[in-house]
Amino acid sequence: MTMHTAAPNMENIFSRTEGLCDIRLHYCPGCSHGIVHRLVAEVLDELGVLDRTVGICPVGCAVFAYDYFNCDMLEAAHGRAPAVATGVKRACPDAVVFTYQGDGDLASIGIGEVVHAAARGENLTVIFVNNALYGMTGGQMAPTTLLGQLTTTSPLGRNSGLAGYPIRVGEMLATLDGAAYITRHTVNGPAAVHTTKRAITRAFEAQLAGKGFSMVEVLSSCPTWWGRTPKESMEWIQQTMQQTFPLGVILDRLEEPADTR
Amino acid sequence: MNKRVLMKGNEAICHGAFDAGCWCFFGYPITPQNQVPEYMSLLMPQAGRVFLQAESEVAAINMVYGAAATGVRVMTSSSSPGVSLKQEGISYLAGAELPAVIVNVMRGGPGLGNIAPAQSDYFQATRGGGHGDYRTLVLAPSSVQEVYDLTRDAFDLAEKYRNPVLVLADALLGQMMEPVTITREPLDPPTPGASSTCGTRTGERTIVNSLYIVPEDLEAVNQRLADKYARMCRDEERWEERIPANPDCLIAVYGSAARICQTAVELLAERGISAGIFRPITLYPFPYAPLRALSERVPRIIVVEMSAGQFVEDVRLAVEGHCPIGFFGRTGGVVPTPEEVVDAVLKQLGDETRG
Repeated sequence: MTMHTAAPNMENIFSRTEGLCDIRLHYCPGCSHGIVHRLVAEVLDELGVLDRTVGICPVGCAVFAYDYFNCDMLEAAHGRAPAVATGVKRACPDAVVFTYQGDGDLASIGIGEVVHAAARGENLTVIFVNNALYGMTGGQMAPTTLLGQLTTTSPLGRNSGLAGYPIRVGEMLATLDGAAYITRHTVNGPAAVHTTKRAITRAFEAQLAGKGFSMVEVLSSCPTWWGRTPKESMEWIQQTMQQTFPLGVILDRLEEPADTR
Repeated sequence: MNKRVLMKGNEAICHGAFDAGCWCFFGYPITPQNQVPEYMSLLMPQAGRVFLQAESEVAAINMVYGAAATGVRVMTSSSSPGVSLKQEGISYLAGAELPAVIVNVMRGGPGLGNIAPAQSDYFQATRGGGHGDYRTLVLAPSSVQEVYDLTRDAFDLAEKYRNPVLVLADALLGQMMEPVTITREPLDPPTPGASSTCGTRTGERTIVNSLYIVPEDLEAVNQRLADKYARMCRDEERWEERIPANPDCLIAVYGSAARICQTAVELLAERGISAGIFRPITLYPFPYAPLRALSERVPRIIVVEMSAGQFVEDVRLAVEGHCPIGFFGRTGGVVPTPEEVVDAVLKQLGDETRG
C-alpha cells in the first residue's frame, strides 16, 4: 500500500480509486480495458455505492474483472451477463448492478439477452467495450468487425457478401422503449476519457433514479490483434472505427417524467 | 396444520416451491409445463415475490444464477427441449456452487419430439447433462402429493449442498389431478442479504465464479465437489420398496410409470404371480446398495420405463449380474397400460421357465 503514502510534506493528490482492488491488471499494453475499468470504479466510488454494487463479468478479455473491481462480482456464462444481472436486480432491487461486456460477448452470442434486458427496461447498466474483434480467443471476427478489417477468421478482410455488416448495437437498442440512456464514446485521449466518465456517471445515475436500461459503449483499442502500436491504435479509432460507429449520445430519456418511463 | 387440496401436478410444483419460500421464479412457455409459469405469474407477485417470463430458457437459467447469488430461493421450470437449453447454466450453477431448483416436466424426444409423457431425459438428468465434472441431485415424484413434497424438499437440499437440484416429473404428473395433504407450515422466504451475499456487502466482497485457470486449482475444486457428491450419496438416497414374502419377480420403476406398475402388480396377483416393486425416489444418488441387496432375494428383475432404456443401465450397475434383468419400455410419448406390463412380465417369467 506504499503507493498510497505521500512523501513527507507533500499532499497526496492522486491515488488508486477505492473502486479498484490493489492488483496488477492482466491486459495487454495499449489496451483500453484498464482505463474503462478505472472510470467505472471511480464513478461507483464517487456515487458512494460500492458496498451495494454487483458487477457481472463477461467471457472474453475482461473475464477476470472480478479480481479488479472492489465490489461483489459474478462471473457469467458467455453472453449471459444481462440475464444474470436481471436475476440479481429482480431479487435485490436495492443493489446497483452493472455488466461489463465485450463485443463478442454482447453483440454476438449474447445479443438476445441484451436486447430483452433493454426491452424490459431492466434497471441496470451495461458497459459495452467494443474493440471490433474477439481479443481473448486470438483476434477473430466479431459482429462489430469493420468491413475490410483483417482478423484471424477474416484473413482477407471482412467481406459483406460472406459475413454481413457490423452491428451498431447502441442505435439498435435505442429503438426500444425500455432503454433510458445509450451513448457511444471512446478513451483514445484525455478529453475522450473525461467525456466517457461523464457518460458512465449519467448511466449509473439513470439506474439510481430507476429510469431503466442504460448502456455506455466504449470504442476500445486492441493493439495486439489489430497489429498496430498503441499510438496507431488510438488514431485508428478516431480515423476509421468512428466512421462506422459514430460517437455521441444516442438516447437520453433521463429528463422525461417518471410516469412515462 | 393439515390441509387437503385437490390440484394438478403443475400446480403442486408451484405450491411446493411457494411454501418452501421460493422468492424468484424465472420461466419460459413450453408444453406440458405451461401451468407452472402461468400459475406463478399470479401467485408470486400477489405475495410480493418475483415472477419474470424470460426471453428463452437460456436466459431463465442465467436469471436463476443471478438471483441465487443474492441468497434468495429460486426456481425455474421447463420441459425436455427447454431443459436441454438450460444445461450450460446448470453446469455454471454447479461450478459456482449456487443453490437452485430446476423442474423438468418431461415430454417425448429426441428433438422436438412431442408433448406426451416420457421418461427419456434420465441420462441427461442423472449424468450431468452439461459439461464438466458435476452432479445434480435428482428427485423423481410418482404422485401429485410427491410432486408437492419433493419440490419443497428440493429447496432444502439445494441449500444444504449448495448445488442445483432437479425435480424430474413428466407430462402425466404435470397434468393429472390428485388430492395433496399439506402438513408442513409454509416457510418465510429468505430475503437478499440474509446471509451477506451479492448486493448487500457487509465485509469481504462476494465473488461468484467457476473459472480456475490453473489446472491444479480446478482439480482441487473438482475434488471438493466430488467429496460433496459422495456425501449426497451417503445421506440422501431415497427409495420405496414393496416386496412380498416370496416374490416371483421384482419390477424396478420410477416416477409416473410406478403407478401403472402398481396396478400391474395387482393384476399379476390375480394370476398367482407375486411381484414386488422397487422405486427409486432419488435418481441421483441412485439407491444402488438397497437394490443390490434385493437382487439376492428375487429370481428376476424387470425394468419398466417410458424410454427406450436408460434407467435400466443404473439397475444393471446396481445388480452387478446377481440376477437376470428384463426390460419393458414404451417410448415416444406412449404410456404403457397395466395389461401391457402384465404381458411383459409374464413373457419374461415364461422365458425364464423355458430357460
